[in-house]
Amino acid sequence: MTMSSALPTSRAPARWQDFLQLLKPRVMSLVVFTAITGMVCADAAINPILGAIAILCIAVGAGASASLNMWFDADIDAKMRRTRGRPVPAGRVQGADALTLGVVLSLFSTMLLGMTVNWLAAGLLAFTILFYAVVYTMWLKRSTPQNIVIGGLAGALPPVIGWAAATGTVPLNAWLLCAIIFMWTPPHFWALSLYTSEDYEKAGVPMMPVVAGAKSTRKQILIYSLLFTPLCLVPAFTGLGGLTYLAVAAGGGLIFLILAWRVFKSRAGDAADPRQDDGLYDVKAAAKDARNLFAFSILYLTLLFATLLAEHLLDLPAFGGF
Amino acid sequence: MSDPQNEGPVDAKARRGRNIALALGLALFMILVFVVTIVRLGASTGNG
Repeated sequence: MTMSSALPTSRAPARWQDFLQLLKPRVMSLVVFTAITGMVCADAAINPILGAIAILCIAVGAGASASLNMWFDADIDAKMRRTRGRPVPAGRVQGADALTLGVVLSLFSTMLLGMTVNWLAAGLLAFTILFYAVVYTMWLKRSTPQNIVIGGLAGALPPVIGWAAATGTVPLNAWLLCAIIFMWTPPHFWALSLYTSEDYEKAGVPMMPVVAGAKSTRKQILIYSLLFTPLCLVPAFTGLGGLTYLAVAAGGGLIFLILAWRVFKSRAGDAADPRQDDGLYDVKAAAKDARNLFAFSILYLTLLFATLLAEHLLDLPAFGGF
Repeated sequence: MSDPQNEGPVDAKARRGRNIALALGLALFMILVFVVTIVRLGASTGNG
């Protein structure tokens, strides 16, 4: 729970940019990208103005859940290098203000989406916000090393919301997009945590390398990668992706597996290199392979979704379907 | 938040910035509601 009294008292006044930072604009842009992909892949005729409002609501909903996360996690954010400059732990914004912003934006985004587009999309958005703020932030994050595995569902739902906004339904292909992001999350975050585990340990967050050790984390990264990469091929056989998608998914998947194998064989996360200083994303010499996988995982997911987006916008034929 | 009666120039500037951002947000929301009403109304009229 947030311990506002233990946090620094604000000296600098809160600027509007601080409130914007509470919404995690970078995460918001990823949410927008995947939601647009879901909406476009639905191949439904939606009024472009209503479509834009739906995307805005999804983006604001994501920002609201980020604000709630920053309110609740201010105590652990203050202990980690990566997060201690955030508005609440830095003392620029009061915790109560972050909470208020999160609640107000959650209500506005959900209600507006429901009243203007449809209530299925609004319900899914409300579920996503609650899941991220309550299930992940308040419960899983501090209690289990499976936190990002289960909590990853919140990050995986935006394409489903986008699809629901366009059609009012959520067919198998929408859940397939969700499953791809869901299975991508563990190798992505665990690769990052292999070289930032000291931060998590300091804050008492039970990330996998902290609880199970680096060796077990590297093994689990490989296992999840072996499940994730074949899953990325499936859209090509369900009428969602075309030949270009199949080529990108197969080629990128192969590189993903090679990088995951290298992480598995490496000593990433095992020992700190004393020659490295205390930078934000210091990469210990042994963790170079983890850094490579982390970076490529972002590129790979972006390419997959961008390819699907392009194929549907250009109306290219699907590879197959059943 | 600082007391508007006894605030320095930095606090006043930050408060002004927050107020402008809030005003713009409310104006955007108002425009959105107006546009949605027109779009919905247009669709209903078209269908009728």
